[in-house]
Amino acid sequence: MADIMTTNPRLTLDVEQSQGDFKLSAALDLPGNGVSGVFGASGSGKTSLLRVIAGLDRPQKGYIQLGEQVLLDTERSIFTPPHQRRIGVVFQEARLFPHYCVRGNLTYGMPHPAPERLAEIVELLGIEALLARMPGTLSGGEARRVAIGRALLSEPQLLLMDEPLTGLDGPRKEELLRYITRLTQQVDIPVVYVSHDAEEITAIADHLVVLKAGRVEASDALSTLLHRFDLTHGLGGFDAASLLEGEVVAHDQAYGLTILALDDDHQLTLPGTAAPIGSRLRLRILARDIALALTPPAGTSYRNQLIATITDTTVLPETPHTVELRLRIGTLFLRARLTRKSWDDMGLSKGMTVTALIRSVSFNAH
Amino acid sequence: MSLSPAEWEAIRLSLLIGLAAVAWILPLGIGVAWLLARHEFRGKAVLDGLIHLPLVLPPVVVGYLLLVALGRQGAIGQWLYTTFGLSLPFTWQGAAVASGVMAFPLLVRALRLSLEAVDPKLEAAASTLGASRWRVFTTITLPLAVPGLLTGTVLAFARALSEFGATITFASNIPGETRTLPLALYTLIQSPGQESAAARLCLIAIVIALASLIASEWLARRTRQRLQERDG
Repeated sequence: MADIMTTNPRLTLDVEQSQGDFKLSAALDLPGNGVSGVFGASGSGKTSLLRVIAGLDRPQKGYIQLGEQVLLDTERSIFTPPHQRRIGVVFQEARLFPHYCVRGNLTYGMPHPAPERLAEIVELLGIEALLARMPGTLSGGEARRVAIGRALLSEPQLLLMDEPLTGLDGPRKEELLRYITRLTQQVDIPVVYVSHDAEEITAIADHLVVLKAGRVEASDALSTLLHRFDLTHGLGGFDAASLLEGEVVAHDQAYGLTILALDDDHQLTLPGTAAPIGSRLRLRILARDIALALTPPAGTSYRNQLIATITDTTVLPETPHTVELRLRIGTLFLRARLTRKSWDDMGLSKGMTVTALIRSVSFNAH
Repeated sequence: MSLSPAEWEAIRLSLLIGLAAVAWILPLGIGVAWLLARHEFRGKAVLDGLIHLPLVLPPVVVGYLLLVALGRQGAIGQWLYTTFGLSLPFTWQGAAVASGVMAFPLLVRALRLSLEAVDPKLEAAASTLGASRWRVFTTITLPLAVPGLLTGTVLAFARALSEFGATITFASNIPGETRTLPLALYTLIQSPGQESAAARLCLIAIVIALASLIASEWLARRTRQRLQERDG
C-alpha cells in the first residue's frame, strides 16, 4: 500500500473483444492507488485484458477511461494509440532491446532527461552494476528488474505487469517479488498486476479482480474476496488463505523470531525476518494451517494462540468432508478449515468462542 | 596491366550507375519491405507480384516498358521533361533507373526477410514506452534489421553492376554516358579482332565482382561480431 494516498486517476472500463473462440467481456472500476491484482487461470483473459488496457489490442466494443482521459470509446470512434496512453507495461518476458545497453533501455522511454529520477529508480531496483551491460548478458531476474525500471522511467500514469515472475526459480522469484512490493510501496503509481498464482497475488495486491473465461467473477478489496467462501475454489482451493497485517515490534535474536503486533491486543510470533522494527508486514496464513481448541491448551508447540469467535461456516460442494470457517479475532478476520469429523466431535457451532492455534512456521511474510 | 581510357571509363560508369541505382532504390525498398513485412492490406499480393516482375520478365521487356513510361513521349517522361527539363533515356541517370528497377526485387526480398525476423513484441514494448511509430521504426526495427539491409544492398549493387538488357534497351549503349562494363564487353564481342580486349574486360569484371563479394563478406562478419559483442 502506498504510504501517501494521493488521488491518482481511477481506471474504469467496459470492453468486449472476441478473438476466435475466446471472448473477453469485462467491466471494471479499479482504484487509483495501490496494486490491483488480476487473477485467473491461464486462458481466463488476463493478458487480453492487459493488452486492451495498454492499447495493444483494439476491442470491438466498449470504453476505457483513465481519470478524465478517454482512451477508448468505440461509439465515438476514439482510440488512443499505445504510445500516447502513458501506460507502462512490464511484459512476461523482459522484452529488453538487444541493441541498447541497460542504460539505453532504461532511458528509452524517458520523456525528458532526469538524472535524479534515473538514479533513484536504479537504486530502488538494485541495478547500478548493470548499467553498461548488454541485455544478452543479464540473468532472468536482472532483465526483469531492468524492464520494470524502464517502464517506471517512462513516467506512466498506470503500470501494468503481466506475470513478471514467470520462469524464475524460487529464490529469484522471492527476490523480485520483494523488489516489486517495495516499489509499489514507494512509487506512487497505480499498478495492475496479472498473475495465475494465488500466493503471489495475495502477497502483492490490495484490490483483486478474479477473471474466469473472459468474464469478471469478482472485483473487490483482496481481504474481502479472500473471505468469500464461494471463491475458495478459484482462489487457491486447498491453499486458501487469509491475510493479516501488522507492525514489527521486536526481534528475538536468540531464537530467531520476530514479534508482530496485529493491533493493540494481539501479537504473533513468526520466524525471524530482516524487516526493521516499526515496518509493516503482510502475512498470508493458510486456512489449513490453523487448528482450533475449545480451551487454551497448555504444553503445545503452537506458538500463537488467539481467542476467536466463529462467525460463519460452510461446507463447499467441492470438498464435502471439510468445514470452512471464518473467525473473528478482535477486529481481525481469519479463515480456517477443519475436517467435518473434528467439527462434530468438538461440538462446534457458529457464535462459539474458541482458541485459534497457528504454528509460527506457517507464516509466509512479504 | 595498365588500363586504357575506354576501360577506365567503363569501370567509372559501372560504379557510378551501380551506386546511383542503389541510392534511389534503398529508401523506397525499405518502405516497401516494411509495408510487406508488417502490414496486411488489400492488393498486397498484387504489389508483391509487381515488385518481383523484373526477376522473371526478360530484361528487354522491362527496358521497353521503361521507355514507354519514361520516354520523352511517355506519360511520366513527358511530365518529367516539361516540369524539370529532365530526360532519362540515353543518359547515365536513365541507366541508373533501369538497373535500379532490375535490382529492386533482390533488395526488397532481403530486407523483408530481415524485417520479418525483428520481434514485433519489441516494437510493442517500445510503443508502450511512448515511442511513435516512426521512432519505433528508426530506433528498433531498422537497427535490428541491419544485417539484412547490408546483404540486400550489396546484392542489389552487384545486380545493378551486371545489368545489361534493360539498360541497353532504355538507355542505349553510349560511350562515356551509358556504356558500362557489360555493355562495353558486348560491343567488343560484336567487333572482329577484339578478342584480347574482351578478355581484359572479362578479367576486370571478375575482379570487381570478387572485390564486392569479399567486401560484403567482411561487412557481414563485422556486423555479426558487433552484435555478438553486444550479446557478450
